[in-house]
Amino acid sequence: MEMKTIYLLIPLMPLFGAIIAGFFSRAIGRAGAHSVTILGVLVSFLLSLLVLKDVLAGNTFNGPVYTWLESGGLKMEVGFLIDRLTAVMLVVVTFVSLMVHVYTIGYMAHDEDNWPADSKAGTHSYQRFFSYISLFTFSMLMLVMSNNFVQLFFGWEAVGLVSYLLIGFWSTRPTAIYANLKAFLVNRVGDFGFLMGIGLVAAYAGSLDYATVFGKSKELATMTEAVTGWPLITAICIGLFIGAMGKSAQFPLHVWLPDSMEGPTPISALIHAATMVTAGIFMVSRMSPLFELSETALSFVIVIGSITALFMALIAIVQTDIKRVVAYSTLSQLGYMTAALGASAYSAAIFHLMTHAFFKAVLFLGAGSVIIAMHHEQDMRRMGGLRKYMPVTFATVLIGAIANAGLPPFAGFFSKDSIIEAVQLAHVPGAGFAYAALLAGVFVGGFYSFRLVFFTFFGEERFRHAPAHDTHDAHGHDDHGDHGHHGPVEPHESPKVVTVPLILLAIPAIASGWLIGPMLFGGYFGDAIFISQEHHGMAHMQEEFHGVIPMILHGLTSVPFWLALAGAGTAWFLYIARPELPGIIKAKAGVLSTILEKKYGFDEFNEWFFAGGARLVGRGLWKGGDQVLIDGVAVNGSARVVGWVAAVVRLFQTGHIYQYAFSMIIGVFVLLTLWFNRV
Amino acid sequence: MSSHLLSLAIWVPIVGGIIVLALGSERRCAARWVSLAFAIAGFLVTIPLFTSFDAAKSGMQFVEMGSWIPRFNVNYFLGVDGISVLFVLLNAFITILVVLAGWEVIEDKVAQYMAAFLIMSGLMNGIFSALDAVLFYVFFEASLIPMYIIIGVWGGPNRVYAAFKFFLYTLLGSLLMLVALIYLFLESGGSFNILDWHVLRLEMGPQVLIFIAFLMSFAVKVPMWPVHTWLPDAHVEAPTGGSVVLAAIALKLGAYGFVRFSLPITPDASHYMAPFIITLSLIAVVYIGFVALVQADMKKLVAYSSISHMGFVTLGFFIFNQLGVEGALIQMLSHGFVSGAMFLCIGVMYDRVHSRQISDYGGVVNTMPKFAAFFLFFAMANSGLPATSGFVGEFMVALGAIKFNFWVGLTAATTLVLGAAYTLWMVKRVAFGAVANHHVAELTDINGREFLVLALLAIAVLAMGVYPFPFTDVMHASVDNLLKHVAVSKL
Repeated sequence: MEMKTIYLLIPLMPLFGAIIAGFFSRAIGRAGAHSVTILGVLVSFLLSLLVLKDVLAGNTFNGPVYTWLESGGLKMEVGFLIDRLTAVMLVVVTFVSLMVHVYTIGYMAHDEDNWPADSKAGTHSYQRFFSYISLFTFSMLMLVMSNNFVQLFFGWEAVGLVSYLLIGFWSTRPTAIYANLKAFLVNRVGDFGFLMGIGLVAAYAGSLDYATVFGKSKELATMTEAVTGWPLITAICIGLFIGAMGKSAQFPLHVWLPDSMEGPTPISALIHAATMVTAGIFMVSRMSPLFELSETALSFVIVIGSITALFMALIAIVQTDIKRVVAYSTLSQLGYMTAALGASAYSAAIFHLMTHAFFKAVLFLGAGSVIIAMHHEQDMRRMGGLRKYMPVTFATVLIGAIANAGLPPFAGFFSKDSIIEAVQLAHVPGAGFAYAALLAGVFVGGFYSFRLVFFTFFGEERFRHAPAHDTHDAHGHDDHGDHGHHGPVEPHESPKVVTVPLILLAIPAIASGWLIGPMLFGGYFGDAIFISQEHHGMAHMQEEFHGVIPMILHGLTSVPFWLALAGAGTAWFLYIARPELPGIIKAKAGVLSTILEKKYGFDEFNEWFFAGGARLVGRGLWKGGDQVLIDGVAVNGSARVVGWVAAVVRLFQTGHIYQYAFSMIIGVFVLLTLWFNRV
Repeated sequence: MSSHLLSLAIWVPIVGGIIVLALGSERRCAARWVSLAFAIAGFLVTIPLFTSFDAAKSGMQFVEMGSWIPRFNVNYFLGVDGISVLFVLLNAFITILVVLAGWEVIEDKVAQYMAAFLIMSGLMNGIFSALDAVLFYVFFEASLIPMYIIIGVWGGPNRVYAAFKFFLYTLLGSLLMLVALIYLFLESGGSFNILDWHVLRLEMGPQVLIFIAFLMSFAVKVPMWPVHTWLPDAHVEAPTGGSVVLAAIALKLGAYGFVRFSLPITPDASHYMAPFIITLSLIAVVYIGFVALVQADMKKLVAYSSISHMGFVTLGFFIFNQLGVEGALIQMLSHGFVSGAMFLCIGVMYDRVHSRQISDYGGVVNTMPKFAAFFLFFAMANSGLPATSGFVGEFMVALGAIKFNFWVGLTAATTLVLGAAYTLWMVKRVAFGAVANHHVAELTDINGREFLVLALLAIAVLAMGVYPFPFTDVMHASVDNLLKHVAVSKL
């Protein structure tokens, strides 16, 4: 098979599966839907491996598929750029997607219970779910395979659409349809910046093709924006990065991601942890030839990333909903990746993207496995002691948590440590702050990861107590209407379709870190990533790197390791040794814990200022502008003037001949006067 | 080349309309089928216009010329270029859908209803293909009458007020346009040929006055802020078919006028007045976006959304670059599909519940899942999602605007957020959630006819979003030619 055909098949197979499962759901039934979609993604995965092999052999591809549009000298194409960066993304996306597809068979097996009995919206919901996740896979693949900004934007928005569809999958739940609208709109705010960035590229580079634009990057770096006078390259990069802030949920556009947990757990793993949210990280890495030329943009990136990394991790420590802990942990990890981008450590960011995709998918799918066992209970305060009942889930979640905390020799250690070191070596303004924030984040990360494990799998079996609904926290999201069958539950391990993907994902969550040698320091990325000469952090690290074992040994004596361990130890102390302490601390640290529980008040502020403000402005313009000024004064006003003139004119039409004769005489007199006085 | 395709495109629907009228109001079934036959025939005769159109040529094609009123040198002069040919097709396509959409819904005076749409369709084809100013004016004014009747006879409770407002608003502008046409006739030494006027030299003073006269007429039709308030009222009172034609075709007439008259005839005045028009366009995008957000009536919401989208069209024309102008034309076509579909969707719900208030709905997806899928699809297109036609025009105009001026681009791009906010918030409240009341609980999903109409539009929206190349390919030469006219001073 020709390589070009393979490239085409990779995105088209999932699209084909999505179409079949979506439009022929009744005809093919449940088994048909999951078979056809899984087959599609499986083929994509195998072909992606082939592409990886081909790319490793030194081959790359950059070419069009078809011309989408041509106007004003801009040729907009659908086309593929296959290089080493793309190949990593292809393998990660299709592998995690494949695992999630399989897992979904188990997770959605009883989805009919999630719908009101008389609702037709739940008809074939199982097939529809498979259709959506395959459609997502298609969109994500189009995004990472793109060789131009237009297709990038298409993939960007298409993954946003599927995310919207899936967060609101259970469309009868008020919280789900609130969350999906919020996610879409916050992402659109990011896309607004993204579009401005793309617009500036089109206007000044005269092309939307990556290769052409990157070829002109030096030229762009010397220009200023004509109207604003801003340095052009900085304006472009910050615009593009605002897009990344939306999609990759960076502060302050992070608010949509925690709410996205309203969606079924498989998509939390696939979309809101492993793949879609990393699109921003991928995009900035892809744009490294542009970002490298703007210190200001890099500085902005590193500060935003490190703020996200620390402050979102802090929220994770007060969450009691198991999925939300993982969600905030995802936000924090995305912050680490973003900080790496700001430190010009693109390869480290992509490396962490990859390891994170594996261990975070494990954590989410493991959380999902717990949720099934607990009959859709998500509150960790009603779990505990589950390790006896669910050994496989426990083991895999533990692996995920260790990796997430960044302890050696698990995958997260290598990638996180590289990021911290790269940030330490970075010189862009804000790097010092970023380094401090990331270090602090390591302690917090160790703490919340193990808190989750201890809270869920160790200690008292709290689910044996009758569920006390009055203690339900105010998240609102667990009002699923399916609490009816909550008796004391007898948890048991999930079926094979759930545990096998967990195991298959746990393996790279342990082992993928060992790829650090070739990926970071073996020149794997080659030309796919550009690093300016002045940013020598990665080069410096490469000199220091002497293999995996020395790195682990060195890691054992470094600060991050001890911080992570201290975090884990604190979690052990608070949740195993002295379980009564968290309550006391919470009571003592009233204000602080309220701030964290309120998530710094972003939701309230946005709801009040942006949502409320927009409605206020809208009503003001409508009532004040349209109704009072335009219709009231202008339209009806002119009607009134006409009426008034008519009323005056009517006075002359009395029907009395002598009045007409009198006006005639006056008229003649006026005309004669004018005629005689003409110049 | 002598061809009568354009005449056929105009007269087939009009003759069809007259035949349907002659059938009388008793024979409802016959009226429907005959109307459908003529609507399809009307569409079929326009297809060769597209397939045998020579995209390399910038001039008029399928030209027909005959003397009409020799004393004033008025001719029956028809022709289309790469700009107008697409609107003839769009119009003929929408006519089929409108006939189908009114099939069982209209039970009162079926023949007259169908005839009004057929005749209007022919007249609008006349507008898009007339190259003689008098002929244009006659079609332009005559097309008001069927629409006026449609709103006035089959409209809602407040239909008479809305019909009058619509008629007077648009008539005021038309009279000023007539003055401008007569001035141009005298100035050009007795020619009503629009193409002659394109090369007519004019001083700045007259240019500005002519521009303003045209503006008064076209701005009302578009409609541009602040002469837009007739549109929400007209939509609310119009029957579904009326709304569809109003949004899909009638709104394009004003914008088409800018391209055919204002820009090429008064290029210097166009440049001079461009900042003013751009400002009005941006106000339309932002101001109307906010107003749409707070509408409680679905039709009003989509009507305001139309005004906001048309702001993109006028913006695209007056930034004078190819991306802007072509983007605006694409936006016009796309808006024809998308807004038409949105009004059809609202019509589907209105036929069942007899309410357009958002608060009367909620959880429609539970009883009408197929319909909800279409509704969400068109809503996404309305929010400019890539791979739908709604994205293409907006994207092109936004790129053109950023190139023209950063701040203009930035202001226009806010539609990305506003458009999604007002559209999807409406969808959330109408389609999603639990079943809100017994009306929603008793809803039945769309039938085969409704499915067909919505599916045809969905295919059009998707096709244009995935592969817009043929559409812009047709218009390149003509738009280049137009931009050349605009770039050359006539002083």
